[in-house]
Amino acid sequence: MSTQILMPALSPTMEEGKLAKWHVKEGDVVKAGDILAEIETDKATMEFEAIDEGRIGKILIPEGAEGVKVNVPIAVLETEGGEPAPQDIPATMEAIRAALAPASPPAQKTPSPAPASPAVPLAPRSGNGAAAPHTEQRLFASPLAKRIAERAGIDIASVHGSGPRGRIVKADVEAAAKGGVPKPAAPREEQTPAKSVAAPEAHAVSAGLAPLPDARLFYREGEYEAVPNDSMRKAIARRLTSAKSLIPHYYLTIDCDIGALMALRARLNEKSPKAEGAYKLSINDFVIKAAAMALMKHPDVNASWTDAAILKHKHADIGIAVDLNPGLITPIVFKAETKGLIEISNEVKSLAERAKAKKLKPQEYEGGAFSISNLGMFGIKEFTAIINPPQSAILAVGAGEERAVIRDGKVIAATIMSVTMSCDHRIIDGATGARYLQTLKIYIEEPASMLL
Amino acid sequence: MSESFDVIIIGGGPGGYVCAIRCGQLGLKTAVVERENLGGICLNWGCIPTKALLRSSEIWHLLHRLNEFGFSAGDITFDLPKIVERSRKVAAQLVNGVKGLMKKNKVTVIDGEAKLKGRGTISVVKNGQSTEYFAKTIVLATGARAREFPGLEADGTLIWTYRHAMVPKEFPKSLLVVGSGAIGIEFASFYRTLGAQVTVVEVLDRVLPVEDEEISAFAAKAFQKQGMVIKTATTVEKLQKGANNVTATLKSKEGKTETLTVDRVILAVGIVGNVENIGLEQAGIKVEKTHVVVNQWCETGVPGIYAIGDLVGPPWLAHKAMHEGVIVAERIAGVKGVHPLDTSKVPGCTYCWPQVASVGLTESKAKEGGRKIKTGKFPFIGNGKAIALGEVEGFVKTVFDADTGELLGAHMIGAEVTELIQGYTIARTLEATDAELQVSIFPHPTLSEMMHEAVLAADGRPLHI
Repeated sequence: MSTQILMPALSPTMEEGKLAKWHVKEGDVVKAGDILAEIETDKATMEFEAIDEGRIGKILIPEGAEGVKVNVPIAVLETEGGEPAPQDIPATMEAIRAALAPASPPAQKTPSPAPASPAVPLAPRSGNGAAAPHTEQRLFASPLAKRIAERAGIDIASVHGSGPRGRIVKADVEAAAKGGVPKPAAPREEQTPAKSVAAPEAHAVSAGLAPLPDARLFYREGEYEAVPNDSMRKAIARRLTSAKSLIPHYYLTIDCDIGALMALRARLNEKSPKAEGAYKLSINDFVIKAAAMALMKHPDVNASWTDAAILKHKHADIGIAVDLNPGLITPIVFKAETKGLIEISNEVKSLAERAKAKKLKPQEYEGGAFSISNLGMFGIKEFTAIINPPQSAILAVGAGEERAVIRDGKVIAATIMSVTMSCDHRIIDGATGARYLQTLKIYIEEPASMLL
Repeated sequence: MSESFDVIIIGGGPGGYVCAIRCGQLGLKTAVVERENLGGICLNWGCIPTKALLRSSEIWHLLHRLNEFGFSAGDITFDLPKIVERSRKVAAQLVNGVKGLMKKNKVTVIDGEAKLKGRGTISVVKNGQSTEYFAKTIVLATGARAREFPGLEADGTLIWTYRHAMVPKEFPKSLLVVGSGAIGIEFASFYRTLGAQVTVVEVLDRVLPVEDEEISAFAAKAFQKQGMVIKTATTVEKLQKGANNVTATLKSKEGKTETLTVDRVILAVGIVGNVENIGLEQAGIKVEKTHVVVNQWCETGVPGIYAIGDLVGPPWLAHKAMHEGVIVAERIAGVKGVHPLDTSKVPGCTYCWPQVASVGLTESKAKEGGRKIKTGKFPFIGNGKAIALGEVEGFVKTVFDADTGELLGAHMIGAEVTELIQGYTIARTLEATDAELQVSIFPHPTLSEMMHEAVLAADGRPLHI
């Protein structure tokens, strides 16, 4: 009698893995607890032990095979001697063929409801050798596609369908015949050069990123409340995932002594008229002004990336992250370098109010090259932020707090504010970013220097 | 601050308004700018009003066959202003319908003439007043107009374009139609059926030159039988305007010239894209031969600006523009699985008498590159329904790839074929082969049985001939 050894699931989310190494060969006698193989998942390599004793009759999946699906037979264990029943083999081979298929659209296999993943398979499929799981479900192909495939000797099941609902059409078979990979019918897959900035999602797909596991797999239903994602949440998820995945971020942190700035701010606010034209400058207003002035001094930072060219902006358009609780939006103070503190202050207040009322117009939050996110009011000391495309940098501003600093060999108290700039390394090199922060520090520590 | 939209479509013709509807359905904040009437040329000065005119001429034709169907009547006359009036009413009704559709889909209709003004901004001029609007995406759908050659310009009284030919004040006794494409032939058919002496001049060697050769030959014969004079491989050298007539100098390919005096001339020598005064050049949009250059996704190359329909080139058909409108709307909204337009799946119809309809490759195009093909043909005279209707003129022809059985093209001439062609269009879209079409069941008695027979005939096994 023989039993099949199945590909184990080494974690709750594992769907497939690599058979990294066989520790046994055909004919070996094993007992429970013996290490049979090493299985590699995206997270780790784990040893796979025998749970029964017997002799390894046949190894079905060779060492090094990738994308082996969970619960697919990988070997035959003969428990009481003898060959496996003949009829087992074809069925087993069929299963193996299916098992060796690269990832098909995740929606087909996930035990839970389909995760909100793109309809396009995230792992690129190759034109040959990639078998769709045709043993399990009906294959959708046009009559013409079937006929052409038959004539060209192509296994239609190995062809990726680009038609409606993945139907295999003539063009797919022709592409497979040429050895090319049919293009997934994802929008914006083929782009004009000018479009490349606008469609980072397509890069994410072609980068072959694996999907993240569906969180619902880890928790029991009833122990959480599922709050559907609204369009802002979806947009945040989409944009920030693209931005963090596609923009090579790095981070620079600098401490600024804001003692002089605080004093100036207090003096200026005292001079505010009581009625008409009243203002109240915030520390952030100074930071916006300083960041804008520093951008004008460092035009290399004030830029946007395209594949063909770096767009250097002529004005300092500064995005201000506004907390909508829940959600956020980054309206822009355009030409901030030309504006005074009161104007900046009033504009930020107006933008924030209208952002909260969801009354911003697209042109008020699209564009810019630089953003500021301030979590100082929450007591956050320092943090890093994700760049907001098509911008090149974002400044994360922490709380201004009294810290002990050493100056001239003496420990003194000073009000220090740490700022961390996230930079797009495609545009801003390390030293370029550092020089910018140096200037910014001077402007913040000595606001009057902005007048120079 | 100017009003802003997700999408602004410039031009409310069939491409533009359908794009607007689809954008609205997909939840995009959409506006369409129209300088004249919603529905564009198609609804106002093209497809629809000409169909109304041709319906009148069809009835006229049938009235002259009353005897054949067992009726008798006295003097039958027609009232030209009434025929025209009905055609205008039909157009007006549909324009109102489109207005309703815009409202239903929450599309803002902006009255006036639009011009691109740099990134995402357009200005719309109405009565000298200019208003700015902003949109993330702009779709150009400004359409096309009749082509005119120097020396052969329409004046609207003696020399017409389709626009003038549609609203005649008096019925011309004789007519010269320059150009034998769909527009020229439809007007030739309308005026000939109502009794005008019609001469059609075509520069190429056959009428309806985009159609299959056999269709062209059959059509020419049918038109000639109706009394139309057809001069192929002939050009118009000169048009000399008289008091209430025009004398045309025609030149044949062999160099022979002749003159012809007619009451009116209709120019139907193709169309040119409406590319002027919309700020294309400043926006950096490429124009070639009066058409905006776009890629397979109707993208102009300038980010956020698409162009569709007649403006981007042939086939100059309303349903092609509509389909592009849907493609663009879905691309903008990020709908998955959108496919570019495949012109080999765009059917073409000419509503002359007899009607002509086709999809895919003509026989000669299919043979190009040495492809092995098989063709099937079935005549109207072999179809019971055609005989019962008294419409025995015409045939249906199929062109298959002999190897794969792919339906490469289908070509029809005869009564109601414009209503039949969709069957073959679906077959092409679904990639049905001869095998599936052979086993499909067509209802009896219908004209559509001829479509089945023409498929069987390609394998030498038609049933009723």
